[in-house]
Amino acid sequence: MITAGIDMGAAFAKMVILKDGKVIGKGISKVTLDPDEAVQTVQVAALKDAGIKPEEIERICVTGSGRKLFKNAHVSVTDVTADAAGTNYLDKTIKTVIDVGGEEARAMKVSEEGKVINFAVNDKCAAGAGAFIEAMTRALELPLADFAAYSLRSTQKIPINAQCTIFAESEVVTLINELVPREDICRSVHEGISERISSMAKRVGIEEKVGLIGGPANNHGLVAALKNSLGMEILVLPEPEYVSALGAALIAARKEEG
Amino acid sequence: MEKKHKTAPIKLWEKAKELRLNVYRDIAEAKSKGKLLIGGGTESLIAVPTGFDHAYLGGEPYGASIAFMHRENPALYQQILEASDYAGYPRDLCAYMRSYIGSVLLDKYIFGGSFPKLDFNLQAGFCDTHCKWYQITSEIKGIPYFAIEMLPFQWEIEGESEKVKKLKIDYIANQILDAIEWMIKTTGRKFDDEKFIQGCKNEFESTSLWAKICTLNRAIPAPVDEKSMFSFYILAVLARPKQEVVEFYRELLAEVQERVDNQIAANPYERFRILSDSQPPWFGLDIYRLLDRYGVVSLGAHYTLGLSGGWEYSKEEDTWNPARTPQERGVLLKTREDAARALSEWWLKTGTVCRGVRYSGAGKNKRILDLADKWRANGVIIHLNRGCEGTGAGQMEIVAALLKKGIPTLTYEGNHADAREYDEARTISRLESFMETLGLKKIY
Repeated sequence: MITAGIDMGAAFAKMVILKDGKVIGKGISKVTLDPDEAVQTVQVAALKDAGIKPEEIERICVTGSGRKLFKNAHVSVTDVTADAAGTNYLDKTIKTVIDVGGEEARAMKVSEEGKVINFAVNDKCAAGAGAFIEAMTRALELPLADFAAYSLRSTQKIPINAQCTIFAESEVVTLINELVPREDICRSVHEGISERISSMAKRVGIEEKVGLIGGPANNHGLVAALKNSLGMEILVLPEPEYVSALGAALIAARKEEG
Repeated sequence: MEKKHKTAPIKLWEKAKELRLNVYRDIAEAKSKGKLLIGGGTESLIAVPTGFDHAYLGGEPYGASIAFMHRENPALYQQILEASDYAGYPRDLCAYMRSYIGSVLLDKYIFGGSFPKLDFNLQAGFCDTHCKWYQITSEIKGIPYFAIEMLPFQWEIEGESEKVKKLKIDYIANQILDAIEWMIKTTGRKFDDEKFIQGCKNEFESTSLWAKICTLNRAIPAPVDEKSMFSFYILAVLARPKQEVVEFYRELLAEVQERVDNQIAANPYERFRILSDSQPPWFGLDIYRLLDRYGVVSLGAHYTLGLSGGWEYSKEEDTWNPARTPQERGVLLKTREDAARALSEWWLKTGTVCRGVRYSGAGKNKRILDLADKWRANGVIIHLNRGCEGTGAGQMEIVAALLKKGIPTLTYEGNHADAREYDEARTISRLESFMETLGLKKIY
């Protein structure tokens, strides 16, 4: 059986195609003002990667903040459910899942069977999500790809006091003008986000093993800060940006869904 | 999915609407009929002025009505909120208050025309904001104002002494008497003690009846859902000292009892029961209809059940039951002083929401846990209401207490009257996630 999972995120659309429970193709596309374009692009990319035609996909499950824009799904689930399913498939020993997305972060406590026991989502705040880092790359005039490396070269802790992305951006500009090294500022940004995420994750009760997913999980500087903030090891799942889409694809295969 | 229960519309629905309309008609016609037009909160001792022929403009329901303008007239709604923003009232203040002040500053009444000319404001300190609210608007409008300081009883588990309770009852009763003297002096009108006594008796009976009606929602299936309850509880809020409200609740109690006896459900698919907490986002009541689609019935909240009082604690049963009125207990109210004291005692003993605004922690947790137990709630959905510090007090402790008991609990942030602080799409997404974690799918 061939199924597909589409994660219509705020920043990126991701698609994973499974055949009999194994990944055969993936695609990713930036979401612009025209979400349909992102859907088309990601489908083309994933189908090409899988080497199959669209009509070969038997069932589609959609997730993500933009899931309601995708009309052709057999099943629609929220990110919380998809994250848990995808994480559980990759590692059944993970008890706490943290998903850092473009505009939202969430934490889930999951059972061995991948059932969500409790969850928390950051409330109307970009300060605990990828959008914060993106805003800071603009303030620091650094490419996103370099942000992590810079933070890992930091030699001193400079706390950013603001809890809000908007105010933090002002604070970063002040630090730049005070000639604080960009390395230290990058580290501060990561630490600020990590504090927000840790605080949210603690609401669900953190139990090891902790798994980290979502695009920003590729950021080693953020991961280091999060480990420090939680005071424990975190497992970054492979290709973390696709885990939610993977979960959706697995759900599509379940007979009881839809 | 097949319907599990039969359902039917509530017969008294139209009558409730008519009674609500009467309140606002009264306000509109007060001056032309020679009545006093009095302002203040409905979360106050609104039975106090019943010795006068009067109409009462309650600030919180007016604030909620402004909230509905978010959908009906978004431009006016925005204008009202911005008027209070620009005047310097910070966004973390009570959203009802900010809306009301905006309406006063613009001199725009959302039901049409200028803001009504009140004869005076009278307010009991349900919360600190309420007292300040009417002080401010009285100063803006240049009208007299009298404030009664409230000192709620502590929660029962705190073991407050009978001596202190008596002092509190006396303190408020004496202020009620002072308020009456002040109103007589300010208006030059005669105060009818018999009407005041009857107004108090009506308040006791209205609120006790509402508590009895709410108690019937312990039944499975629940006969009334919370969204419908909002249309009924508001009569106690707006006009509990009125005889017509007493009579209405007597009829409603009979109808809801009939629904229980005949297993008539609010939601024919009822399969999961929840309580809510705090005022709802008044412009976002669609979330209740979303819950309906999952077969989830909201049974009410501490707020909905008890905003206007009516619950008394039983030490023997270690729970709260609909309060027995002084009339039921054989207490005779013959004088103004008797009524003032009875009213003070009623508020302090039965006003658990007022108490919860001041005192949170173990006592408030116990109240909520008791509701979850007695109403056989399977889960709780908590509105972390940025617009009300009072109902927000202790909510995260309540969440912790519920989770410790294994009761699935969801929180969502919002504001009961300021739509700028409510993200409907995200709230819906969160509710849908919660439903998924409970293994529930949409039925229709």
